[in-house]
Amino acid sequence: MTQFDRTELTLFAALPVLVLLSVLLPSWIVNYIQVSLGTGMVALGVMIQMRAGLVSFGQGLYFCIGGYAAGLAGKYFGITDLFALLGLGVVVALVTSVALGFLLRRYREIFYAMLSLAVSMILYGLLSSTEELGSTDGFNLPVPTYLFFAPEGETARLTLFAITATIVILSAVVLNRLLRSSLGLVNEAIRENELRVEYLGTSAHMAVHMTYVVAAVVSSMGGVLWALALGHVDPEMTNWTTSGSFVFIVILAGTGSIIAPLIGTFLLEILRVYAVELSPNTWQMILGSVMLLTIIFLPKGLWSLVQKTSPRKRFDPDTGDAVAKGV
Amino acid sequence: MRKISRILMTTTAVATATICAAPVFADDVKVGVVTFLSGGAAGPFGVPARNAAELVIDAINKGDLPAPYNTAGLAGNTIAPVYVDENSKQKNADFQKLVEKDGVEMVVGYISSSSCKSIAPEAEKLKRLTILFDCGTPQIFEDIVTEPHYTFRTAATATMDNVAAARYLMDTGADAGRVAGINQNYAWGQDSWRDFSASLEQLAEATEVVTEQFPKVYAGQYGSEISALLTNRPEVVHSSFWGGDMEAFVIQGSARGLFERSKVVLTAGETAMFSLAKQIPEGTVIGARGPHGDLAPESDLNTWFRAAYKERFGSEPTYPSYKMAQALLGVKAAADKAGSSLQDDVIGALEGLEWEGPSGKVSMALAGGHQAIQDTAYGTFKLAEDGSASLVDVIRYDAGCVNPPAGVKSLNWIKSGFDGATCN
Amino acid sequence: MLTAIAIAVDGLGFAAWLFLSSVGLTLIYGVMRILNIAHGGFYALGAYASAWGIGLYMQTGNPVGFAFLIIPVMALIAGVVAGLAIERGVLRFMYGRDEVLMVLVTYAMFLILEDVTKLIWGTDSYVAWQPAYALGTIDIAGIPYTGYKFLIIGVAMLCGGLLYWGLTHTRVGKLLLVVIEDREVSMALGINVTKFFTITFLIGATLGALGGALTAPEISVVPGIGAEIIVMAFAVIVIGGMGSIPGAIIGALIVGFARAASVHIYPPAELFSIYLVMAAVLAVKPYGLFALAEGRKI
Repeated sequence: MTQFDRTELTLFAALPVLVLLSVLLPSWIVNYIQVSLGTGMVALGVMIQMRAGLVSFGQGLYFCIGGYAAGLAGKYFGITDLFALLGLGVVVALVTSVALGFLLRRYREIFYAMLSLAVSMILYGLLSSTEELGSTDGFNLPVPTYLFFAPEGETARLTLFAITATIVILSAVVLNRLLRSSLGLVNEAIRENELRVEYLGTSAHMAVHMTYVVAAVVSSMGGVLWALALGHVDPEMTNWTTSGSFVFIVILAGTGSIIAPLIGTFLLEILRVYAVELSPNTWQMILGSVMLLTIIFLPKGLWSLVQKTSPRKRFDPDTGDAVAKGV
Repeated sequence: MRKISRILMTTTAVATATICAAPVFADDVKVGVVTFLSGGAAGPFGVPARNAAELVIDAINKGDLPAPYNTAGLAGNTIAPVYVDENSKQKNADFQKLVEKDGVEMVVGYISSSSCKSIAPEAEKLKRLTILFDCGTPQIFEDIVTEPHYTFRTAATATMDNVAAARYLMDTGADAGRVAGINQNYAWGQDSWRDFSASLEQLAEATEVVTEQFPKVYAGQYGSEISALLTNRPEVVHSSFWGGDMEAFVIQGSARGLFERSKVVLTAGETAMFSLAKQIPEGTVIGARGPHGDLAPESDLNTWFRAAYKERFGSEPTYPSYKMAQALLGVKAAADKAGSSLQDDVIGALEGLEWEGPSGKVSMALAGGHQAIQDTAYGTFKLAEDGSASLVDVIRYDAGCVNPPAGVKSLNWIKSGFDGATCN
Repeated sequence: MLTAIAIAVDGLGFAAWLFLSSVGLTLIYGVMRILNIAHGGFYALGAYASAWGIGLYMQTGNPVGFAFLIIPVMALIAGVVAGLAIERGVLRFMYGRDEVLMVLVTYAMFLILEDVTKLIWGTDSYVAWQPAYALGTIDIAGIPYTGYKFLIIGVAMLCGGLLYWGLTHTRVGKLLLVVIEDREVSMALGINVTKFFTITFLIGATLGALGGALTAPEISVVPGIGAEIIVMAFAVIVIGGMGSIPGAIIGALIVGFARAASVHIYPPAELFSIYLVMAAVLAVKPYGLFALAEGRKI
């Protein structure tokens, strides 16, 4: 397991490139890359669940938990250290997801989607109606510091970007390992046929629970990083539309590789920006049409464009053909 | 490694394509205009505001406006607007794009308080003049950006609306012993109700809150809430509903006689005055979030604005239109005063500026000259003989009477019994 | 006591609206296994068409009675036109694809429908209050309720009844039940499943549009109303069991009463009462109250 596969090598190679780009590109594009890295983490969380056939329509829950944990710690305890905030976000997400996992691991398919949605909307309702937590307006976050390093201005922007990129890349590598580990393989088996997995003596519930927790942790990290980049959190983070957009990113990008959701997030963001610029009044129509065309012509997501050239065909993680699922 | 190069190539291609776009003309002042162009706030707020922006920007460029705005352009320079939808999850990134890629000289926009809260620090960070034209939360300069340099707000805060509403009830001798509220369950509704009920507590001798309803924003169905309001028999019902929610509440509530049983105060009711003239029962107290729309005092500018807006868009301008016009005229006044449309000159001139908008005088009196105050007014709805809507018993309140003095937080000011208020 | 009566009537009124707004969704899911997000778009189209039609008609100064006819007619036109366009134009090429992918397809259609609606009717609000006022009010325990509310309750019961009768007593309905039960076996038995898909989608779309069209006189029709209805309708049919008509009835009643109760007893809970109910029901009955039996795949 010490050997790096192509995906991991690509990821490692992408890190210096990203950092280089952050200096070279105009800062508004870097900003979109940065927010995309944050939301891309959540998309990763959605994707690893989707590998097990589980579609979470409520991943915004952990995105929001991460953002709010960091925000509240900054607001009430004056914590500004990025690593402390990140740790806090992860701990809160961990505790919540372990508890909720006992409920959610019993569900599959659309019921998993709807129950995860319900839970995230309960948080949305609670946050929106609590004035102490800023209600729907949310509140602002402090500028992060790094251990004993407290940069300002341009340095602060670049430091945050570099650290965000590093964390995202490292997490992606770890997740890639996870997909290749026995848990990842069991997940794919669960998607194909859960009953057989149980017959073979593995607990599907356990695997789903663990995947759920991992996805929650990754998403909360994304939430912390995104919130720090933006400097503001509000309950929209856990609204169903936000969660829905993560699912759409993953489906559009494809689940073929851990890299796909990260790039998909950025591309979708740029697409939206240009749709708004092109036609501020009917940009949704452009977005919808592009989505539709992608689904029709690239049913396995954008990643299939890249994958076609790849010789590795031993196990193709995309299902695509649902007919075989026995509806 | 083919994959990597492919990814890199795509990314670089996207990046270069974006940098090379958008030519800039020498004499144009690019102004970003951000309002809701999609979603539930587009119809009542975003689009009327954008319409007003189109109208006023065209008029400024042609020099068609009444005096003192009858010179063309911002200090002679033509405005080139860039419209952006506020309905976005990445508002800050969109803002940064406006500033850096589109190269706007200033941004005028933002309706939702949530947007303003996240944009204000961003504007200071990116050092770009940003004029918030509508959002209501007093927190912007009280908590978020306490020493603004680049951020301005040309609209008064929501506190003003609700303090004035409470004062209006007292001044018109309404019974306010039993009060109820129905407000949307988000920051705007919660803040409005808090300010109103706190104000009433100060002003009325004995007042009791019988029920506080907080339906979800955009709920549209208020059957249960109206039943609850009916069964609790309040004398006054306060609502800060706006847009479609407010219209739905008027239709459903007046059909069931709520408006006859209780005196209903609609702090943002003006936008529905004409379309629902037959549904709003007489006696309903109507506000326009400032002296806008039908509550605007007569002036050449107001007459021009109403006529030009109606001619171009086929409907009366409502308060979001007024507020947008007010912001743009403030920019023009500042640029003309400075004799330049460059950001730093406009900022210098706009600080503490007083100018005439279509709804009367605006003064940047609070937050070191960055937050506007203005007079406000409330009126009571009456259907004229010819079936047209009008407001009677209009009472105007001086800015100093319904806004906290500089340096005092809104809620503390209300709870202190409006310490330092200057009412005539 | 007064509160209890109010909760009962308000809950029933809200449930009727919920049922009308969500029954089309559950029908389409039951037969086609498509969780149709574009349902919100049909709802909005129906609302706009009805408000616009009533507005035009009322300008002619004719009696209000005919306006009640405009509602179903407009719903039918909106539902059939939009339903045909989407089913024939897009969906039929995608049958058999993954369920989640179909959600995305219908989401894309929803985004497009939103802007189409905006292009046709603009962003101004439309009000068509005349029918809602025409039936006067009825006092129950001293609380006035509009007659129109009871009309909606009646229409909801009629729709539920018709659907039930149609499914259990007509040939087409019985065949549809077979398709719901097992698509592959019905194909093997020679049932033209594709034709049934088209019919079902049109009925579902028209029901969605009818929900909007009937609501239009009570509200102000503005952009974005479609998005609001989707999650609510999802919650209702998930609680009842996806694809089950009786489930949609029960789901609507549970949500309706829960919301009315929270408004009267503890208003702050209104915002998330529906999701609390959904989570609670699913925790006990993981696949909804009237879940369809799923064959175990070994």
